[in-house]
Amino acid sequence: MSPVIPVIILALPLFMFIFLGLCGSKMKHPVAGFLGTLGLGVVMVLSYYTAFTYFFSGAPEFISAAGERLQCVMFDQTWLQFTDTLYISLGFFLDPISAMMLVVITTVSFMVHLYSLGYMRDHHGVYEIGFQRFYAFLSLFTFSMLGLVVATNIFQMYIFWELVGVSSYLLIGFYYRKPSAVSASKKAFIVTRFADLGFLIGILILSFYTGTFDFTLLTSAPVEGMSGVYHVDINTAEGILSTFTSHPAPVFMGASVLTWALVLIFMGGMGKSAMMPLHIWLPDAMEGPTPVSALIHAATMVVAGVYLVARLFPLFLMEESALVIVTVVGALTAFYAAVVACTQIDIKRVLAFSTISQIAFMMVALGVARPEHHESLGYMASMFHLFTHAMFKALLFLGAGALIHAIGSNDYTAMHGLRKHMPITHWTFLIGCLAIAGIIPFSGFFSKDEILSACGSYSTLVYIWMSLVAGLTAFYMFRLYYLIFWWKEHEIPAGHHAPHDQPWTMSLPLIILAAISCVAGFIPFGKLVSWNGEPYDFMAHFDWGVASVSLAVAVAAIALATVMYRKENALPAKFKNALPNLWKWAHLRFYWDELYMFITHKIIFNGVCRALAWFDRHIIDGTMDAFAAITHKASDVIKPMQSGQVQMYTWLYVIGALLLGGITILCLM
Amino acid sequence: MEITALYYLVPSLIMFCCGLYGFLTRRNMIAMLISLELMLNGVDLNFVIFNRFLFPGQMEGMIFTLFGIALAAAETALAIAIIINIFRWVNNIDIRELNQMKF
Repeated sequence: MSPVIPVIILALPLFMFIFLGLCGSKMKHPVAGFLGTLGLGVVMVLSYYTAFTYFFSGAPEFISAAGERLQCVMFDQTWLQFTDTLYISLGFFLDPISAMMLVVITTVSFMVHLYSLGYMRDHHGVYEIGFQRFYAFLSLFTFSMLGLVVATNIFQMYIFWELVGVSSYLLIGFYYRKPSAVSASKKAFIVTRFADLGFLIGILILSFYTGTFDFTLLTSAPVEGMSGVYHVDINTAEGILSTFTSHPAPVFMGASVLTWALVLIFMGGMGKSAMMPLHIWLPDAMEGPTPVSALIHAATMVVAGVYLVARLFPLFLMEESALVIVTVVGALTAFYAAVVACTQIDIKRVLAFSTISQIAFMMVALGVARPEHHESLGYMASMFHLFTHAMFKALLFLGAGALIHAIGSNDYTAMHGLRKHMPITHWTFLIGCLAIAGIIPFSGFFSKDEILSACGSYSTLVYIWMSLVAGLTAFYMFRLYYLIFWWKEHEIPAGHHAPHDQPWTMSLPLIILAAISCVAGFIPFGKLVSWNGEPYDFMAHFDWGVASVSLAVAVAAIALATVMYRKENALPAKFKNALPNLWKWAHLRFYWDELYMFITHKIIFNGVCRALAWFDRHIIDGTMDAFAAITHKASDVIKPMQSGQVQMYTWLYVIGALLLGGITILCLM
Repeated sequence: MEITALYYLVPSLIMFCCGLYGFLTRRNMIAMLISLELMLNGVDLNFVIFNRFLFPGQMEGMIFTLFGIALAAAETALAIAIIINIFRWVNNIDIRELNQMKF
């Protein structure tokens, strides 16, 4: 495959961003929207072509004779050369997960582009202020995200990682006249930036010890300490990580440097993927327009952390403790977010917490993946769940957007009983709920089941814990579903028309995504994506016991939700009153935001920042002021010497010349 | 008695010092200008002397002196013009009164 197509895939969204950003305001709204959508449509087709070629063409650069999928660098342009081996390049990297991500990103992004044509205007068809800017930012985001997934080296990934952070910031703060949106965008930016500090330090540690940024080299390391030695045999570049495997390995504060590097890199992933305790930005990020939430904060950007861990998975395998940390963080976050999601009132917040919980599922799946358990089933399961989750969560968000658009509120108490008014939204939303709850045959069932199998083969505790979370997932999603679409409808105030389904630009993406969510589970994912490129049949590892248990849990949870929320009744209030503190804590998200506010405002601002401010104001400013004052005083003293008397100047000059001449003669003698 | 370079240098030095003294002490700008010319001529004399005694076969010093004289003439014209203008504006060419250009 020629490298022209990869270049176009990256360059076209960038061009659309620059073009729409510079010329957008001169265009009519629909023209800008249409151009953005068209550009992304082209990128989507090219990405499909690339992924299809990668997976199915059987070309020798993509698949070895033994049927092993290879990593392939389509092009690589050196950008900054530090040493012979250490350089930053920009390129295009194709392997199973990046090919899969190309499909996910462009599909969801195209749906969102299309959907926004309808969403970003009010009921009278008037376009929102900044409509063209919105499309420019969407293009910027798509460009950054594509660059992130196809990064050939960890530094390129870092660059694009920051770029998606910027686009996320710009899009969360799209309604910049709204103070809450502004503070949400700042919060998202600062929290993720804080996490990225860890990421950067991790990259620097890793590159210091290995002398490379390159993914191909980094992931082709021999995996030691596992049962037998596994090679991710992609390249002949062996031993680049011998620093870590040699004895004694470098150690810092009781842990090996590799552990430190991986944990710090994982910290970056925690920030981006909203893992506890860095999750606090994601619920607030819902201040952005809903299509943005669907694209960035559900389907693509927030899974970048998972993608990062998957990308460096062979390295994580070398250091089991790092994987345990991934598992523990993931498991705690999944449970926390699921509990909180049960008590939220704002429908986008419920979806946001559900996203956090589902991403945590993927993290856990990566954390429990081991080559000796079903050939790292967890890795494949994680990527599978990433794929299916992107589709059904984008669907749910776009459905929520349609509801918000129709009702004008984020609050489910303003909705109720909408199934008659908005049948398309109702049915697609129901499919999304069934998929995320894990009901056969919708896509979520298959991917979640793989994750639970992987957990089961790792540890029973993790399996039970994650099954519980899966049950909670089904419960809160159906709670939301019933509260929106069932219950008694609100009276329609006189002079208003009933809420109704949206225009086709909004319905079509919903229908397409719902269709994908119905069939995506049957994709033989194991044949396409596995940790070492060797295809395998996951049906061979399919555990009907796990599957039936998870199905039973999901059905039981849905049944419970049906009993409690199908019609307005006293049961939820009873539950709430029986456990008032738990409900209140969960409703207030276990006071994480307050804790952060306490730490930042009370401790950091009062303790550290005040001292720093004092130091700045008195010591640094004082020094500078003193310099200025001394200069001022000195100039007052010597000012009279400029008297305007030319002969005085001459005198001084003659004396000076004589003195200098005398000194010169003395020195020469 | 051989005439050495010193015989020429001393008068040149005297000329220069006289010029310097005049420049530093006279109040009239015309007189200062004359003193300036005296200094310049002392310097020109030095060029000629050193050329004659150190590099007898060459002409650079002489040529330089000619340039110096030409420059002095031009400079005198300029200075006189400035002085006349000052006189027109303030009716005075006493250098000690002309001290507006200060801090």
